[in-house]
Amino acid sequence: MPRIAVTVDGIRYEEDVEPRLLLVHLLRDRLGKTGTPVGCDTSNCGACTVMLDGKSVKSCSVLAVQADGSDVVTIEGLATAGTMHPMQRAFHEEHALQCGYCTPGMVMAAIDLLREDPDPSEETIRHGLEGNLCRCTGYCNIVRAVRRGAQSMGQAVTTP
Amino acid sequence: MIPAQFDYLRPGSLQEASEALASDEEAKVLAGGQSLLPLLRLRLAYPSLLVDVSRLEELTGILDERDHVFIGAMATHDEVLRSPAVIAGCPLVALAAATVADPAVRHRGTFGGSLAHADPAGDLPAVALALECVMVTSTRQIPAADFFLDYLEPALEPGEILVGVKVPKLGPGWGFHYEKFHRTAQAWAIVGVAAAVRRANGSIQEARIGLTNMGPTPVRARAVESALQGVELGEAVRQACAEAAEGTSPTSDLHAQADYRRHLAQVLTHRAVNAAAGRP
Ligand SMILES: Cc1cc2nc3c(=O)[nH]c(=O)nc-3n(C[C@H](O)[C@H](O)[C@H](O)COP(=O)(O)OP(=O)(O)OC[C@H]3O[C@@H](n4cnc5c(N)ncnc54)[C@H](O)[C@@H]3O)c2cc1C
Ligand code: FES
Ligand code: FES
Repeated sequence: MPRIAVTVDGIRYEEDVEPRLLLVHLLRDRLGKTGTPVGCDTSNCGACTVMLDGKSVKSCSVLAVQADGSDVVTIEGLATAGTMHPMQRAFHEEHALQCGYCTPGMVMAAIDLLREDPDPSEETIRHGLEGNLCRCTGYCNIVRAVRRGAQSMGQAVTTP
Repeated sequence: MIPAQFDYLRPGSLQEASEALASDEEAKVLAGGQSLLPLLRLRLAYPSLLVDVSRLEELTGILDERDHVFIGAMATHDEVLRSPAVIAGCPLVALAAATVADPAVRHRGTFGGSLAHADPAGDLPAVALALECVMVTSTRQIPAADFFLDYLEPALEPGEILVGVKVPKLGPGWGFHYEKFHRTAQAWAIVGVAAAVRRANGSIQEARIGLTNMGPTPVRARAVESALQGVELGEAVRQACAEAAEGTSPTSDLHAQADYRRHLAQVLTHRAVNAAAGRP
């Protein structure tokens, strides 16, 4: 069995993995990071989105062996010292979730789209979240939350 | 679902990769995995061995050469659509890459993988065909016109690896557009049209049109290309584009009937040619 080394939410792990093990199953079943859910069998829903070396990926569509040597950030790695990440807080404040199943992926995809555009328009947000499906909310509050999250992240950067 | 078992190899050289692939009929190349892993998860494919070429240096990078842009097979859709060399030298590739799937898939899926997968619904095969790209493999060079043999069947021999693609620069006077029709975000094209058009003195001198999802392989709309020669912008363009479905053999599936696809091909070709010619 191949042996891989991955850093997940700041902690380095070495694991022996079957080649067919998906990254999302490594996270959930081996490392206990159940914050990242699996929502589909077709790579469409985006619920499983994590950051792999700083870019959003669908962790159900990456093999654990492909992540060898990489840095992974999951939804569980966003909060610092018990304080929610501004994007998590914005989702809470804007009521951007109902069942919450899509939320971990939405939050990761939202943070990813801000890498390119820290102050995105509604259209940019909708486009940037096209790989994430929500069965509950109708997206309006999600878009609002991403705007609000972007604003507070911008402030976090500009004010000391 | 969890994929069936397979072995995994991350070769250190192109030669090692080719040998491993040639010695095992059931072995498959793994690039970004964005087509292959969904197939494995649905247990629609059972390879014995995956040869992960993603870290082979020969396959990475985008090079700006004199008369072409060389796009390494492992360049991701995201790298391609942002590459200054691509945007300047072969913008049609960047336009089409930007319509592929969604940001997370574009971070993993590759240019080479899209072509080697030879899915006629993929957005890049029609572009490669229209631009007359040349596929550079581990053993030879294959013109795009000879590369797409059939549905999911590229002209690659066992053990042959796509290393990169030479995309010709078409030079001044050319305009480009990729028109993709799909019902929902992040969906595959029901029909797509890649258009490159050279204009001079208010009329079209030359056009190259590639069609996505109008048959088991991507196809050139040759009838439209010749009908467009020397045509002035306006009604004549619409008439020329009415021949877009000529010689195509689209399927009927859940998304559309064949006759609707033929209709779409005409309408979308018209839009694509006008946009490429700089007319909204
Ligand atoms: C949700 C979703 C939506 C998508 N939507 C679109 C879309 O709208 N338009 C579109 O065009 N695509 C779409 N795709 C597919 C995406 O573009 C893939 O990235 C692409 O088809 C394959 O690239 P890959 O690097 O992931 O290849 P892989 O999945 O790794 O490989 C695909 C096939 O090509 C072979 N292969 C790969 N690289 C090489 C090589 N260098 N040499 C020889 N053989 C090779 C493999 O053996 C395999 O058979 C979508 C995918 C998903 C998951
Ligand atoms: S679980 Fe990964 S995309 Fe749906
Ligand atoms: S909140 Fe239920 S799927 Fe989005």
